[in-house]
Amino acid sequence: MDFSGWTCPAPLRDQPHIVMGHGGGGALSAELVEHVFAPAFGGAALAQLGDSAVLALGGARLAFSTDSYVVRPLFFPGGSIGDLAVNGTVNDLAMSGARPAYLSCGFILEEGVATATVAEVARALGEAARVAGVEVATGDTKVVEAGHGDGVYINTAGIGLVPEGVDIRPQRAVPGDVVLLSGPVGAHGVAIMSVREGLEFGVDVRSDTAPLNGLVEAVLGATKDVHVLRDPTRGGLAASLNEIAAASGVGVAVRERDVPVPPEVANACAILGLDPWYVANEGRMVAFVPREHADAVLAAMRAHPMGAQAAVIGECVEEHPGMVVARTGLGGTRVVDLPLGEQLPRIC
Amino acid sequence: MKYIEEFQNPDLAKRLLDEIHATVTRPWALMEVCGGQTHSIIRHGIDQLLPEQIELIHGPGCPVCVTPLEMIDKALEIASRPGVLFCSFGDMLRVPGSGRDLFQVRAAGGDVRVVYSPLDALKLARQNPDRQVVFFGIGFETTAPPNAMAVHQAARLGVPNFSMLVSHVRVPPAIEAIMCSPDCRVDAFLAAGHVCSVMGTGEYPELAERFRVPIVVTGFEPLDILEGVRRSVRQLEAGRHTVENAYPRAVRPEGNPAARAMLADVFEVTDRAWRGIGTIPGSGWRLSERYRAFDAEHRFSVEDVTTLEPAACRAGEVLQGLLKPHECEAFGTVCTPRTPLGATMVSSEGACAAYYLYRRLGGTPVPAAGKEANPVG
Amino acid sequence: MCLAVPGRVLDVEERDGTRMATVDFGGVVKEVCLEYLPDLQVGEYTIVHVGFALQRLDEESARRTLDLFENLGLLEEEFGDPWEAAASEPVVAAGSEPAAAAPATATATATATAAETLTREVGR
Repeated sequence: MDFSGWTCPAPLRDQPHIVMGHGGGGALSAELVEHVFAPAFGGAALAQLGDSAVLALGGARLAFSTDSYVVRPLFFPGGSIGDLAVNGTVNDLAMSGARPAYLSCGFILEEGVATATVAEVARALGEAARVAGVEVATGDTKVVEAGHGDGVYINTAGIGLVPEGVDIRPQRAVPGDVVLLSGPVGAHGVAIMSVREGLEFGVDVRSDTAPLNGLVEAVLGATKDVHVLRDPTRGGLAASLNEIAAASGVGVAVRERDVPVPPEVANACAILGLDPWYVANEGRMVAFVPREHADAVLAAMRAHPMGAQAAVIGECVEEHPGMVVARTGLGGTRVVDLPLGEQLPRIC
Repeated sequence: MKYIEEFQNPDLAKRLLDEIHATVTRPWALMEVCGGQTHSIIRHGIDQLLPEQIELIHGPGCPVCVTPLEMIDKALEIASRPGVLFCSFGDMLRVPGSGRDLFQVRAAGGDVRVVYSPLDALKLARQNPDRQVVFFGIGFETTAPPNAMAVHQAARLGVPNFSMLVSHVRVPPAIEAIMCSPDCRVDAFLAAGHVCSVMGTGEYPELAERFRVPIVVTGFEPLDILEGVRRSVRQLEAGRHTVENAYPRAVRPEGNPAARAMLADVFEVTDRAWRGIGTIPGSGWRLSERYRAFDAEHRFSVEDVTTLEPAACRAGEVLQGLLKPHECEAFGTVCTPRTPLGATMVSSEGACAAYYLYRRLGGTPVPAAGKEANPVG
Repeated sequence: MCLAVPGRVLDVEERDGTRMATVDFGGVVKEVCLEYLPDLQVGEYTIVHVGFALQRLDEESARRTLDLFENLGLLEEEFGDPWEAAASEPVVAAGSEPAAAAPATATATATATAAETLTREVGR
């Protein structure tokens, strides 16, 4: 085969308007950042393109991150937009190995939304911050006209300190690294879909939304020599593994049967024609660690309540750099591609 | 899930594979007709486990992929009209027409919604009597009865603001067209199990006899597909060509009579263009005279929207196994998964899209993430 | 072409003149239209596509297919392959699926392993 004449598909000019997929955490999101935001902002810190930026400031290394939350519905089995707004940002900080300390919180409220609803979201947010051990230090509120928002949008930003000797970035995976996953995947996305208009189905699955800073502390207690951490949110496990493979230029080989998927999640996905590896999580983490530390990290994860079902799912290889390849249950292989945009139920 | 997991059992798959390896003596080209089977084959890596002599040709059975460009342009036109609420199965939203897709219509202000069932679209029509609710009725014989029921119910309940853009396709004429091609390489067909759940097996003996080709009705789980392959190879090696049912738990010879009766009432057979392939006589369904009032093409006067399929696309040859995707001039240049010209590049299971994805592997053997990779055993 | 999955009927009711069922797909419950299988009973399995029950799932037939797989190779060595003779008959002419026409020796062996299959299922 001769692929010397390859040209990459021209990305953004194919999309004259923003489509939902640009927020889906897949290839479209990545292109938006690469072609629109990164060139406009410049700056070395942004070029890290991690979940959070690690900055040197006044002798300390600070992790800094921001995220906006636009989930619908606002309350879902296992959590609410308030929980997500804390846990999402706390987790983004923790994925740099940082100890999250302070959050900011901006509310964008839609005219007409019930005050009681806002109060309930705020309570959930406050409680999640207490559980995660972080403080909401500053905030802001704006109101937009009725019809210009889904009731409540939240933006949070957070800062935390990165401990001495810790250097965790998506670029650091090397061949030989062992890939660990902290628990079963797909619960958050399925819980949300089960209550989404037009898809409703009955299932006893709750969102896995949870703060991961405690689990990261436990891992760093086993070894500081952790190469990459990532929480597989939008785009799911598949997107996270692809991002790491691409950033590090390594191949990632995963053994399918070692990736835990709860039966109800697998069955909901089977009905809708979705792949659980592409479904969002809000309380899971993948860790890339040198082989010599893998046993210790696995033990540390399993000893922590957030990682009781942690598993080794694969390794980094020299072959197929930038790609994720899975060994299937039958012993075949498949390429696990980066999702393009949002996952859609299919009939075929 | 019961009746799924059992049919993914690796030990039994090994037995079927051993049996296939022991049976095959010569090269054979098998076509799995259905896109769902292609999906399963790629998803489980089944093609890599079969003997080298067995080539699986991915057939034209992905309903989203084969929906003609012209019909998608009609959908885009209707969905862009003010006051229209356009409903579709999810996987149709990403399929590009001439230059844009339904996502982009939505981004430009159109009300495009994903529904799980055509009855959900009908429900939306009853909830929004002041809106025109249009459902994009695509699919093969499996999806046609549910869509027919939605139209029938709209008539029965009197829902004047509901209509359907119909682009249904039928399997047997496609098999016939493939076999009639002078360069046809297909030695046996794995027929689409769920199509036969509705239609039964009565349409196939004549085709098997006329073209002297084995047709094995096949399910979708890995063991089902391996069984379809095993039975096909057995027939081929023995010089036989009959219709077999390798999916008896879901397929009866007579199909589903109630569904077939509804199809006969709501639809009538018509010629239909297949994206990147061309028109196949008698290969489609449209609404019958009785239900023509619910035809969105008529209601929104889009009959005159015509689009020529791009001449550069050679999907028809790819689908017949005459051309490998990378041998096509357009492959990877003007034709990519983001900008597909034909059916085989549209869906991630399409032959061209699968090639596109796997090209980066470049023939490198993929190391197992096996025991040695797992420090805890 | 057609993503359809097997589920078990939990209850049946008439709604708006349409026969509907609640169907359980291994812990996932969804409303399904029964108009095309009106005599489907609670407890039976059905193949569901886009919210419609399209065919009754024949549990006996599923078991026989799995038994056949269990006995592949084995049967051929000890008894020749009785399935092949049955399978060679065209499905329409035979009027039932090939497995049903398998000789008694095969069925006896198959039944022995059916117990194993079931044990394994329950053990899951």
